[in-house]
Amino acid sequence: MIPIAEFRVPYTRFLDAHGHLASPPPDFQPHDLLPVYRAMALTRAFDAKAVALQRTGQLRTYPSSLGQEAVTVGLASVMRAEDVLLPTYRETGAMLWRGVRMQELLLYWSGDERGSDFAGPREDFPIAVPIASQCGHAVGVGFAFQYRRQPRVAVVTLGDGATSKGDFYEAMNTAGAWRLPVVFVVTNNQWAISLPARKQTAAATFAQKAIAAGIPGEQCDGNDILAVRDCIGRALERARVGDGPSLIECVTYRLSDHTTADDARRYRAQDEVSAAWALEPLARLRHFLVDQKLWSKQDEETLLADNQAAVSAAAADYLATPPQALSTLFDYLYAELPADLAAQRQQLLTERGQA
Amino acid sequence: MNTLTLLDAINAALAWELAHDDNVVLFGEDIGKNGGVFRATLGLQERFGEQRVLDAPLAETQIAGMAIGMAAQGLRPVCEIQFAGFMYSTFDHLINHAARLRHRTRGRLSCPMVLRTPVGGGIHAPEHHGESPEAWLAHTPGLKVVSPSSPARAYGLLLAAIRDPDPVIFLEPTRLYRLLKEPVADNGEALPLGAAFTLREGCDVTLVSWGASVLETLQAAEQLAEQGVSAEVIDVASLKPLDMPTILASVAKTGRCVIVHEAARQCGVGAEIAANLASEGLMSLLAPVERVTGFDTPLPLARLEDEYLPSVARILAAVERVRAY
Repeated sequence: MIPIAEFRVPYTRFLDAHGHLASPPPDFQPHDLLPVYRAMALTRAFDAKAVALQRTGQLRTYPSSLGQEAVTVGLASVMRAEDVLLPTYRETGAMLWRGVRMQELLLYWSGDERGSDFAGPREDFPIAVPIASQCGHAVGVGFAFQYRRQPRVAVVTLGDGATSKGDFYEAMNTAGAWRLPVVFVVTNNQWAISLPARKQTAAATFAQKAIAAGIPGEQCDGNDILAVRDCIGRALERARVGDGPSLIECVTYRLSDHTTADDARRYRAQDEVSAAWALEPLARLRHFLVDQKLWSKQDEETLLADNQAAVSAAAADYLATPPQALSTLFDYLYAELPADLAAQRQQLLTERGQA
Repeated sequence: MNTLTLLDAINAALAWELAHDDNVVLFGEDIGKNGGVFRATLGLQERFGEQRVLDAPLAETQIAGMAIGMAAQGLRPVCEIQFAGFMYSTFDHLINHAARLRHRTRGRLSCPMVLRTPVGGGIHAPEHHGESPEAWLAHTPGLKVVSPSSPARAYGLLLAAIRDPDPVIFLEPTRLYRLLKEPVADNGEALPLGAAFTLREGCDVTLVSWGASVLETLQAAEQLAEQGVSAEVIDVASLKPLDMPTILASVAKTGRCVIVHEAARQCGVGAEIAANLASEGLMSLLAPVERVTGFDTPLPLARLEDEYLPSVARILAAVERVRAY
C-alpha cells in the first residue's frame, strides 16, 4: 500500500505563555503591536462595560469575548479597509478595529437595528447569529471580488461549534473549487455553549477540516497575537494574489460565559477556567511589550483610564440615543413598501396616535 | 415576434439581462454546459462565458448563501435550484438573511437576488420533484414570490424579478414548461411585480389561480361559457405582495369566488385570499368562498399524482356549489 495523498497541518506560535519570543516572524516590528495592544485592552474594557450594563438592566443579552482579544483584534489588524468582514457575534474587537463605534455595538445588543447600520465599514456584514450561515455569504462576497478583479478578501469568522455544520463545509468546498479570495477564521474557544471541543468532533484539529475541501488549513495559538497576525496575514496575502481560500484555526479559550444569559459553572470546572487565565492573550502581549521596553506601568495606567473614559462616554451616548420611530418596523423591509404593508404601517401609526 | 414556450421565454429573459447588465450572474447545478436539467439556461454559458454562467458545486444551501453575499456586493445573482423539493435547505438563508438583510441593516446592505426553481407536479417525475412551496415563502416578510403561467408573463416577470432591488423567489411551473406556446416580444420589457392579471372577464363567478393550475382554471371557464356561465379568471402571478384589490374588485362584480391551487390546502395562499375576501369583501359575497386545492397530504408519487392535482371537474363542481348556494 502506498499513500495516494499526504497532508500536514502546520501550527504556529511565537510568543509563549509568558510573553517570551523564541524567534520572531518575518519583517516583525514590535512597535506595530502597540495599537494592537491598545485595541485588545479597549475590547476587554468594552466587554466589561457591556456586561455591567446588562447586569444593571441597561442592555439585553450580550456575548463577551473575554480571553479572545488576540484573535478578534488580530484578524482585523491584518485586513485592509477595503476587505469585507463577515463576523459572528463574538467579534467585538474586530468590529471596533474596523471602525464600528462602541455606541453602535451597544445599540445592537440593546435590540436596536440601527446598531447594524454602522457609519463604517459600510460593506461589512452585520453580526451573524445563526451558526455558520455567514460562511456561504463570504463565498458570495469573495466571488464578487474575483468577478470584478478587485484585490480584496472576504474574511469570515466562526466558532468551533460552527465547524460541525454543513454550511461551513459547503462554503469551503465552493470557495476552493472556484479559488475565491476568502479566509475562514475558526475561533476555537473550546466551548460551544456547553459542548466542549473534544465532543464536537473526532478530528484532532479543526484546521484539518480544510483538507477535505482542498484548501490550506493551519492552526495557531490564538492567544499569541503574533501567531494570529502571521497566519491570517499570510492567508490574506494568498487570497489577494489569487491563490484562493484558507482556513485558520485560532486556539483560544472563552473565559466568559457564552452570553450574559448563560452560567458556564453548570458545565465546566473552575480549575479549567483558572488554568486558561494563565494563558490569556492580553497579559502575554503586555509582558512582551514591557520586556521590549515599549510599555511601562505608567502607560498601562494611562491606557486603563483612557479606556474607562471611552467606554463610559460610549455608554452615555448609547443611553442617550432617542428611540427609533415606530414606522421603522416597516420602512426598511423593501426598497419600496408594498401597498398591503403600507396599510399595516398606517394602521399601527393610527392606533398609536402617530398618524 | 417569436412564438416561445415558457422555457424559451425564461431563457430569453435571462439572455436579455445577461446582455444588458454586467452585474447579472447565473449559477446553479448543471446550468452551464448542460443548460440545466430542463434546458432553461441552454446555450447561455456558451454565449456569455463561464464567469457569468456557472456550474455550482452540488450544495443548495451554499447556492442560496452565496447569492446573498454576491447581492450584498451589488451583483444581480440569479441562482437555480434544480427542483423545488431540494430548496428546503435554502430556507435558513432565505428567511434569516436574504429576506431581512435590508431591514436589519436599516438599508445599509440589500439583497437583489433571484432564486429560480421549477415547481409543481403533473410530470410524473420522481419523489420530491413536484413540490409547491409558495406558501412557505409567501409567509416570509421581506421576500417577493412570483409564479408565471404563460410564456409572455414568464418573460416579463423574470425581467422584473432580476431588476427588483429585493430578493425574489421565481417559481416556474414545470408542467407548463413546454406545454404552451405564444408570441413573446423579446424586447426587454418587464411586467410589474405585485400585480394580478385578469385573463378572462366575466360576471357570474371569479376563478382565482396561479402557476400551472391556471391552465385547468381557464379550461373550466371555457366549459362554463359553453353552459352560459360567465367566469372571470385571475392569474394571481405574484403571491407576495398579493394584489388583493384586483381580486376584490372582481368579486364585487361577481359575488362568487373559487380559488384554485395545487399546493396543500391548510395555510395555503388560498386561505390568505379567502381571509381577505371575508374581511374586505364580505358584503359582495353571495356564497362562501370555495377552494379547490391539493389535499393535505404529501404529493403522491407518479401513479396517483393526477388524483391530487385540481382537475377541471373539481373546479366545475366547486363553481356549481357556489352558484347553487
